[in-house]
Amino acid sequence: MNILVCISYVPDTAAKIGVSDDGQKLLLDGVKYILNPYDEFAVEEALRLREKHGGKVVALTIGSESAKEILRTALAMGTDSAAHVASTTLDSYGVAVNIAAYARAMNADLVLLGRQSIDHDSFQMASTVGALLDVPSISIVSKLEIEGTLVRAERDIEGGKEILEAELPLVISVQKGINTPRYPKLPDIMKAKSKPIETVQAQEVTPCTVFRSYQVPQQKRANIILSDSDADIAEFVRLLHEQAKVI
Amino acid sequence: MASIAVYIEQRAGTIKRASLEALTAARAHTTDVVALVVGQSDTDVLARYGATKVVQLVHPLLTEYSSQAVARAIAQHVTAAGYSTVFIGATSQGKELAPRFAAILNAAYLPDCIELLPRPDGRFNVVRPLYAGKVRATVEPLTERIVIALRPNMFTARPVDAPTQLTVTTFEPTLSESDRRVVVKSIERNEGKLDVLEADIIVSGGRGMKGPEHFALVEELASVLGAAVGASRAVVDAGWRPHGEQVGQTGKTVSPNLYIACGISGAVQHLAGMSSSKVIAAINKDKDAPIFKVADYGIVGDVFDVLPKLTKYIKVLKQSAAS
Repeated sequence: MNILVCISYVPDTAAKIGVSDDGQKLLLDGVKYILNPYDEFAVEEALRLREKHGGKVVALTIGSESAKEILRTALAMGTDSAAHVASTTLDSYGVAVNIAAYARAMNADLVLLGRQSIDHDSFQMASTVGALLDVPSISIVSKLEIEGTLVRAERDIEGGKEILEAELPLVISVQKGINTPRYPKLPDIMKAKSKPIETVQAQEVTPCTVFRSYQVPQQKRANIILSDSDADIAEFVRLLHEQAKVI
Repeated sequence: MASIAVYIEQRAGTIKRASLEALTAARAHTTDVVALVVGQSDTDVLARYGATKVVQLVHPLLTEYSSQAVARAIAQHVTAAGYSTVFIGATSQGKELAPRFAAILNAAYLPDCIELLPRPDGRFNVVRPLYAGKVRATVEPLTERIVIALRPNMFTARPVDAPTQLTVTTFEPTLSESDRRVVVKSIERNEGKLDVLEADIIVSGGRGMKGPEHFALVEELASVLGAAVGASRAVVDAGWRPHGEQVGQTGKTVSPNLYIACGISGAVQHLAGMSSSKVIAAINKDKDAPIFKVADYGIVGDVFDVLPKLTKYIKVLKQSAAS
C-alpha cells in the first residue's frame, strides 16, 4: 500500500500570538513551532498500516524551510521517505492542490492527515484533497480497518458515532484515540538527521481566499468572582438566572 | 438581492438546529432563501425559519448517506441554478461535506464563520477564529462563488414573522456508483445522553473532581439544568470520562449558552474549546486559576462543598419557576 501522510508545522498551542497595531499582520516572532498534534496520529496510523499490509509511507509537508524539522520527526518515527514543498504563500486550497498533485504522482492508495491543523482549525483538507483527486474521503476517523481495498471506519458525530464503509483509494483524516503515537528512539532520531528530504517545486495556485485583517478578540466577560459562602452561592444562581438569563 | 442556498442537514427526519441557524442568517440578507435537502423534509419548519424555496435532491443513490454523492449532487444543482452563495452549518457532517462541494464548484470555502460581513456588492466577507480563538481574521473570498460554514450556536435560529408560501421543486442529479465509494452504514446513538456539541448548557469536570466516582456531582448538576456533561483533557486521558465528552483542542469545540467549569484550571487547550461560550461560569478552589480570567461568574471554593449546594439551589429555583 502506498501511503502519503501529510503533516503540518504549526505554532505550539501555548504560543502567544499577537496582531500588529494596524491589524495587517500576525506577530509570530519567537513562537515555537511543532508537529501538528493530530498529524502524529496520522503518521502512526500510516506506519501501522504498512506493518500490516506492506508498502511504503511518504511524509509530506508544505511550508517554510524550517518545516523540514517535522519531516525529520516523521522519518525518525519510521516513514520511508519525506518530501518538502517549499511555499509559505499558498492558501488552504493551494495546499490541497499541491497535496493532490503529489498523491497522484506517487500513485497513493491512501492519503492520511490529522483532522485539523491547530493553526487554522479548518477541518477541510481531507475533503478538499478528496474532491481534487476525485476519490472519497472520511474525516475525523477514530477507528480504521482495511482489508484489500475495503475500508471500514468509525467516527464520532453529535450524539453518537457513525460506521462507514469505503474503497481505496481514499483520503482519511484521523482523530485522537485512533492509536498511541510512538516516540522515536534516539538512534532513529540520529539516523533521520542524515536521511535525504526530497524537495518538490511548489505548484503556484491562484488563491481562493485572503486574510484581510486580524484582531485580538476582546473578551467582554462580567468577571464577577464570589466566595463559597451559602449567600454567595445563592447570589451566583441569582446572577445566572436574572442577569445572564441562562438558567 | 441574490439568492442564498442553504444546505439542510437531517438526522432521522429531524432538521438540525445548525441548519435552521443558517436559514435565519441567510434570511437576514436576502428574501430568496433556497433550502437544499436530500429527499423529503418538513417544509413547514423550513418556511418558519426563513426558507422561500425548497429544492429536494432526489436520486436512488442518495438513500444511504454518502458525502461523496451528496457533494456531487449539491454541486450539480448549484451550478444549474447559478447560486453564488451557499450556507451550511459547520456540524460534523457540514464540515466534511462543504469543502468537498466547494472544491468541485471552484468556490472559496470559508470555514468556521462566526460573523457575516455583507458587502455592498451583495457578497460576504466573514470573521473566523484562528489559533484556537487567540486571533480573529476577516477573510475575503476571491472567487465568484462562495461556500460559508457557520459555527453552530453563533447565529440564532429565529422564526420569521410571516413565513412565505414555499415553492417545492425536485432536482435529480446525475450520479453513478463511482460517486458513492464511501457510505455511512450505520449510526450508533448514545442513548439518553446529551452531546456537548448540541447542548445549550454544559457542565464540565476537570482534575479537581479528584476521581471518576465524584463525577456524580457534575452529573447531578447537569441533570437539574438539562445540561450535557463535559470533561477536560486530563480526566479523559486518565480514563475517568469517555473521549466523546472532551472539550478543548483535542476534543470538541463548543459554544453553549452556558458553560460551567468545575475543578478545571483552564489550560489554554481547554479554553480553545469553550471560549466562544456565551456565558462562562467556573468553580475552582484556586483563585488564581486561569479559568477565572475568562469567566463571567465564578466561585472560589471546593467543588465538593459548592456543587451539592449549587445543585440544591438551582433545583429550588426550577421548582419555584414551575409552580
